[in-house]
Amino acid sequence: MIGQLMNLKETELCLGLPGAAETLDTPARSAVGNKRGFSETVDLMLNLQSNKEGAIDLNNATASKQKTLLKNTVKPPAKSQVVGWPPVRNSRKNIMTNQKTSGAEDASSEKAGNGGGGATGAALVKVSMDGAPYLRKVDLKIYKSYQDLSDALAKMFSSFTMGNYGAQGMIDFMNETKLMDLLNSSDYVPSYEDKDGDWMLVGDVPWEMFVESCRRLRIMKGSEAIGLAPRAMEKYSKNRS
Amino acid sequence: MSEDEEDQSPPPSDLRSQQQQQRPPCSPNKSRNCISSSSQTFPDHVLENVLENVLQFLESRTDRNAASLVCKLWWKVEGLTRSEVFIGNCYALSPTRLTQRFKRVRSLLLKGKPRFADFNLMPPDWGANFAPWVSTMAKAYPWLEKVDLKRIFVSDDDLALLAHSFPGFKELILVCCEGFGTSGIAVVANKCRKLKVLDLIESEVTDDEVDWISCFPEDVTCLESLAFDCVEAPINFKALEALVIRSPFLRKLRLNRFVSLEEVHRLLLGAPQLTSLGTGSFKHDNQSEQEQEPDYAAAFRACKSVVCLSGFRELMPEYLPAILPVCANLTSLNFSYANISPDMFKPIIHTCHKLQVFWALDSICDEGLQAVAATCKELRELRIFPFDPREDSEGPVSELGLQAISEGCRKLESVLYFCQRMTNAALIAMSHNCPELTVFRLCIMGRHRPDHVTGKAMDEGFGAIVKNCKKLTRLAVSGLLTDQAFRYMGEYGKLIRTLSVAFAGDSDMALRHVLEGCPRLQKLEIRDSPFGDVALRSGMHRYYNMRFVWMSACSLSMGCCKDVARAMPNLVVEVIGSDDDDENREFVETLYMYRSLDGPRKDAPQFVTIL
Repeated sequence: MIGQLMNLKETELCLGLPGAAETLDTPARSAVGNKRGFSETVDLMLNLQSNKEGAIDLNNATASKQKTLLKNTVKPPAKSQVVGWPPVRNSRKNIMTNQKTSGAEDASSEKAGNGGGGATGAALVKVSMDGAPYLRKVDLKIYKSYQDLSDALAKMFSSFTMGNYGAQGMIDFMNETKLMDLLNSSDYVPSYEDKDGDWMLVGDVPWEMFVESCRRLRIMKGSEAIGLAPRAMEKYSKNRS
Repeated sequence: MSEDEEDQSPPPSDLRSQQQQQRPPCSPNKSRNCISSSSQTFPDHVLENVLENVLQFLESRTDRNAASLVCKLWWKVEGLTRSEVFIGNCYALSPTRLTQRFKRVRSLLLKGKPRFADFNLMPPDWGANFAPWVSTMAKAYPWLEKVDLKRIFVSDDDLALLAHSFPGFKELILVCCEGFGTSGIAVVANKCRKLKVLDLIESEVTDDEVDWISCFPEDVTCLESLAFDCVEAPINFKALEALVIRSPFLRKLRLNRFVSLEEVHRLLLGAPQLTSLGTGSFKHDNQSEQEQEPDYAAAFRACKSVVCLSGFRELMPEYLPAILPVCANLTSLNFSYANISPDMFKPIIHTCHKLQVFWALDSICDEGLQAVAATCKELRELRIFPFDPREDSEGPVSELGLQAISEGCRKLESVLYFCQRMTNAALIAMSHNCPELTVFRLCIMGRHRPDHVTGKAMDEGFGAIVKNCKKLTRLAVSGLLTDQAFRYMGEYGKLIRTLSVAFAGDSDMALRHVLEGCPRLQKLEIRDSPFGDVALRSGMHRYYNMRFVWMSACSLSMGCCKDVARAMPNLVVEVIGSDDDDENREFVETLYMYRSLDGPRKDAPQFVTIL
């Protein structure tokens, strides 16, 4: 049991003082004084181990977390940390620890549903199209094939212009069929970033494998796609013709 | 929204048909005795015209609410002429009701989540979505110009809809919002050609890796204010520089920490007309190729109009003196992201004689506060935030700093003070020295801490504040407090509208004092205090006259909450659960209740139970 607790501690980012981490094993809580937070998956916490030097070093955090945990098992903590107290907003706390937004990024990528992590079952990826004013996010798991995805993307990006507000200098996403033509022509090439961080052309692997490895999508201009794997390019144009 | 809003819609009347007729021309000098073709309803028709012309000048919403109660005609005409609508709780009414009541809205101010949500006291995805509002307004208010949201969930799609639906859109202000990213901002920047104000303040903005600065149109812009200090994403500086150059009306610019000091320097040289500047990171890049350091002070010297300074993220204190040329003019200075020692701070503050608003970290210590007190005689607002926001931290400021401030800054109106040690004497002194106080928020970070000199509870100190500061409208208490403190609040807090209580009080009597006193109480937020059913019931006569009540980790039973919900049908009583699904919990985890004209909301998530 302790072993399991230790594993939980390892994986979570925790706001806590040395020896003052929230006690997971107190079943009886009084209404006053010991407010414990919501489940750890919901409550994003930062580890503020206060070293004498004052610098917060995340690399050392895991080591000191273990120390903290050992202390926990030996004796109860002096004062358990209380959620939301003192009442200082997270944005202020994050800035003060001088971190490189690793905490904040996790928070925001949870919202964006960045590539497959975090969200239960969904494979949310960001889709950008060169020239389009903003990104969309799609859940790859709801599509069955490349064609499904392609249709959905066409629908999504064709809605950028409504009425008379065609953007100056931006591509005119007038209607679906036009967009489909663009997508099908060699002018626009859908590419994706896989889990190794490489940019690949869409369509070169079976659909299921694609869903597993795709982290984000980018519909780029043909001229920019030249840097991508030439073999894939060949295979791609063979498929298209 | 109007607190005493009538539910009835205006009766169908001949007035409507009259409106469609052409009005005969009348010279403004004549009294309105023009003869119209149908003289039967003539006086009503004239009255409505007159009313419309008069009521359009009413600006204050309390005046407008009062005017709308006079009679049905006034109610109707006021509804036609109100152009700015304030909605303090987005769930108090539905968007449809808004668009039915007010026909010509140009500006909307909307508030969503309760404030304690900022401190992780509520799970995410509770609600307060902008989507239904923007979609309803898109059809009803084509001439909408301004949207100001606080604690609202706004998605990129919402922003896109906004940008596309309102051709004359001018001002977007998002405070403590979330749910969107730089891609949504990009659409607004690109589509809203008349945009004057784009202020993102303390909001959570996803980095979609979109160069949104480049999305502003290429001609001269109408921009007057651009604030993006909360956007945690790098920006295209060249594009920003070009944007600033083609924005001749730009007065307020708040940069994020990805803009370096050298870049700020360049911007300032190109924008000397700025009145409000939020610097980016205030440190010099030692690896830059320039041989000589840029003359930062010269850039600040060129900005003769800057009266408001903020930013200073990632501060290198040795560069702080660069701002000295503008200090004498400053009315507002925000150092609350900068860890500045007293020695670095004092030379700066000694030149800021005109300062009215001052925010800082407690790293300036009591010594720094004494320097503020000695120099800033015009100070109206003081906020001291903790550098180390933990209960057990050192706490470099104390009652000494607060006392000094109260003696030096007699015009003080608003205080927010985080500390570890406080005394009743200092609070009593402040209550006498600063009679203009309207906002007093003290956070003694160690819970249940008494007066550290006498060992007594902080009752007398807070009692003096409510008793002597007769203009007090907002109060947040902390430290060791007994029911006596609340007796004082109830008796003397005649104008208090907002009250925040945490870890305080002994019994139900405390809350009863407040609910049976404090005649103007609107917003009550309480956490971790021993208040139970008796106290909750004691306030039933007034919950309809309040905006909301929040009580978390108190001693309320589900049964009592249900009773309240049953007894007050227009009150939405939300019980927000916790991770513990134990049905036999003795006490409700969080109670959040508010009046509503349109019944309980339909978008409540699973962890919310509406009784």
